[in-house]
Amino acid sequence: MTSNPLRKLLFDEKIRSIWIQALIVGLFAFLVYTVSQTTAYNLEKRGIGTGFEFLQMSAGYDISFSLIDFTSKDTHLRAYFVGVLNTLLVSVTGIFLATILGFLVGVIRLSSNWLFRNIAYVYVEFTRNVPVLLQIILWYSILIHLPKVKQAVQFLEYFYLTNRGLYSPSPIFLEGFRFVAWSFVIAIIFTSFLKKYLKKKQNITGNQYPIFYINSAIIIFTPILIFYIMGMPMEFSHPVIKGFNFQGGMVLRPEFMGMLLGLSIYTAAFISETVRSGIMAVSKGQREASQALGLKSNFIMRLIIIPQALRVIIPPLTSQYLNLTKNSSLGIAIGYSDLVHGFGGISLNQTGKAIEIMLIVMVTYLIMSLTISLLMNIYNRTVQFKGNA
Amino acid sequence: MTTAAINNSFLRSKAGIWLRKNLFSNWVNTFITLLSLYFIWEVGSFFLNWAIFDADFLVNFRGEEILDRTYCSKNIEPGLHGACWAIIDARFYQFMYGFYPAEEVWRVNLTFFLLPISLVGIFFDKIPYRKFFIYFTFLFPFIAYYLLYGGPTLSQVGTNKWGGLLVTLFLGVTGIGLAFPLSILLALGRRSQMPIISSMCVIFIEFIRGVPLITLLFTANVMLPLFLPDGISPDNLLRALVAVTLFQSAYMAEAIRGGLQAIPRGQVEAARAMGLSYWQSTRKIILPQALRISIPPIVNTSIGLFKDTSLVLIIGLFDLLGIGRAALADMSWIKLYYEVYVFVSLVFFIFCFAMSRYSLYLEKKLKTDNSK
Repeated sequence: MTSNPLRKLLFDEKIRSIWIQALIVGLFAFLVYTVSQTTAYNLEKRGIGTGFEFLQMSAGYDISFSLIDFTSKDTHLRAYFVGVLNTLLVSVTGIFLATILGFLVGVIRLSSNWLFRNIAYVYVEFTRNVPVLLQIILWYSILIHLPKVKQAVQFLEYFYLTNRGLYSPSPIFLEGFRFVAWSFVIAIIFTSFLKKYLKKKQNITGNQYPIFYINSAIIIFTPILIFYIMGMPMEFSHPVIKGFNFQGGMVLRPEFMGMLLGLSIYTAAFISETVRSGIMAVSKGQREASQALGLKSNFIMRLIIIPQALRVIIPPLTSQYLNLTKNSSLGIAIGYSDLVHGFGGISLNQTGKAIEIMLIVMVTYLIMSLTISLLMNIYNRTVQFKGNA
Repeated sequence: MTTAAINNSFLRSKAGIWLRKNLFSNWVNTFITLLSLYFIWEVGSFFLNWAIFDADFLVNFRGEEILDRTYCSKNIEPGLHGACWAIIDARFYQFMYGFYPAEEVWRVNLTFFLLPISLVGIFFDKIPYRKFFIYFTFLFPFIAYYLLYGGPTLSQVGTNKWGGLLVTLFLGVTGIGLAFPLSILLALGRRSQMPIISSMCVIFIEFIRGVPLITLLFTANVMLPLFLPDGISPDNLLRALVAVTLFQSAYMAEAIRGGLQAIPRGQVEAARAMGLSYWQSTRKIILPQALRISIPPIVNTSIGLFKDTSLVLIIGLFDLLGIGRAALADMSWIKLYYEVYVFVSLVFFIFCFAMSRYSLYLEKKLKTDNSK
């Protein structure tokens, strides 16, 4: 019976799986073939060519906010890089702010004070359950309806808040400042070696050293010392009202601030939940045992609770970082010149190369997502439980 | 009675003990409590004054009916700062139905009324006649299509006339409903033993999860007409629906995969040993258990999708937020953006908060069910 080849074709799992997969591959290939045929036909009918030559053509539009020089004569390729940089800028600063705020709110949520933790709870519920796009638009409309330049809100002497953005002094680095910068880098490298050495010494002798304070002092004071030795090689350019606008200083545009506030306040609510559940996941016995050992409360937090909580926190935190980066694509709604707005929107409309441009944009986001995942996985490996030995 | 005695009897009462334990356990705690009270007072009074006490609802402070923004109290008296809710009233029809013809609007109302009934059977498993509710759930999409779009005896209403809450709910509910079967197939495919099938599913899921929804919406909007032969040109709402469904199916598939992974191997092996085929064991043994576990994460991704439907305004559809922005572009109501955005936020909040409470309720229920 079992040797009947026809029966085997139907009922032997290995053989069956081969023809099922062959069938699916065939169907898929057929689908791709027909779709590409129709697409080619449709493109030809509309007179749209294919190919990536358009990247070298002049873009013909201006970008209001750019980290690198850009004029309308520059190429679409350069517009792409402007977009990528702007997306990265708002994502990285957003991740930074959201992490700080999220950890803060997560800890407040666990506060023993009923009122305090419920304020945090209300914040979390209200921001989590309202679309991030709406929050970005709301922040943006608050920012662009601030007072005009003439009636700017002045604070901390040199900062001005207006409907055109936040104006602040900008540093001008003079000759010799690079020594200060280098001393900062060297201080960081030096302290990492010092930390290793002091840990080693602690393991041998049992003496504890205030490593954190020593290293912080070195990192902070070395550059300051060099700064004064070099004769303070830095000046500030202050914003001053001239005519209808400010001159000098630097400015954070409302588009950027709106994106930053919207993204980080929204994501922080989610991060605070992962932080809270991470800390709660550390079993009560751990805290009790460390109290029984006589550890001080900040040591309990730093040496016992946080290392174990991080193992739970990092994976969901990674997906929040990914979400923030993807949500940065909403800049188009308020005119922040990110990848989707400039290259994916205006370049697409001007060239009509929908397929090529959407492909490039999507692949760029995939690369960003993969990079964040990769970095966070590397970090995750360092905090995970190492062996049982 | 001395004051000390009164204090003591209060401190020993239940409320007193609670207060001391939760708000005034030591001086740091007391300080935080006072700071919190001050914060709540400042924010709360500011918001309540703006939204309720100083606000105009239908008439302004002179008692006139508000016909456009020039009648708002804050635009007459510079000293007044309250909200002017009349814009919501004036635009309420659009917020609910978009540009749906007024004489046909009973069809939308009927659909809104039937929607919760169609969901009862899925959300609660201990109701009488649950079977009939489930039948109705499967029937509901056809009824809703007939009512909203039209057909025999009902005049046709093009989707370009739809808007507001109707579009938001349509995209949310239909997207989730269509994504559900697709996501089960994707999750099963990802765990399949067949390498080609599982890698195709992995690539699809990870690709969709790696790119922002807005790029999918753009792609669907610009490229679907290019991919399809002449004569077949899906309208804008349908294009958005395709993008939203594919997007949601990838996220839901991951939620279901989590449920599948939680099923002990012994269940599969026992089912196969009983002589059940792959599909029999999947349908009768694995999926019922796996889906039960994955409902809370499915609800959570659904909340995410429901919020994300607001992105369709970027491709020119008028969902709840899109209608709000359209109202603000109207010269007679311009500049009342806080009123509009707060209202839209509130609507989204009500739906999403309800869903998240439901998901919490399910999680608790699952915990107690499993510990029996």
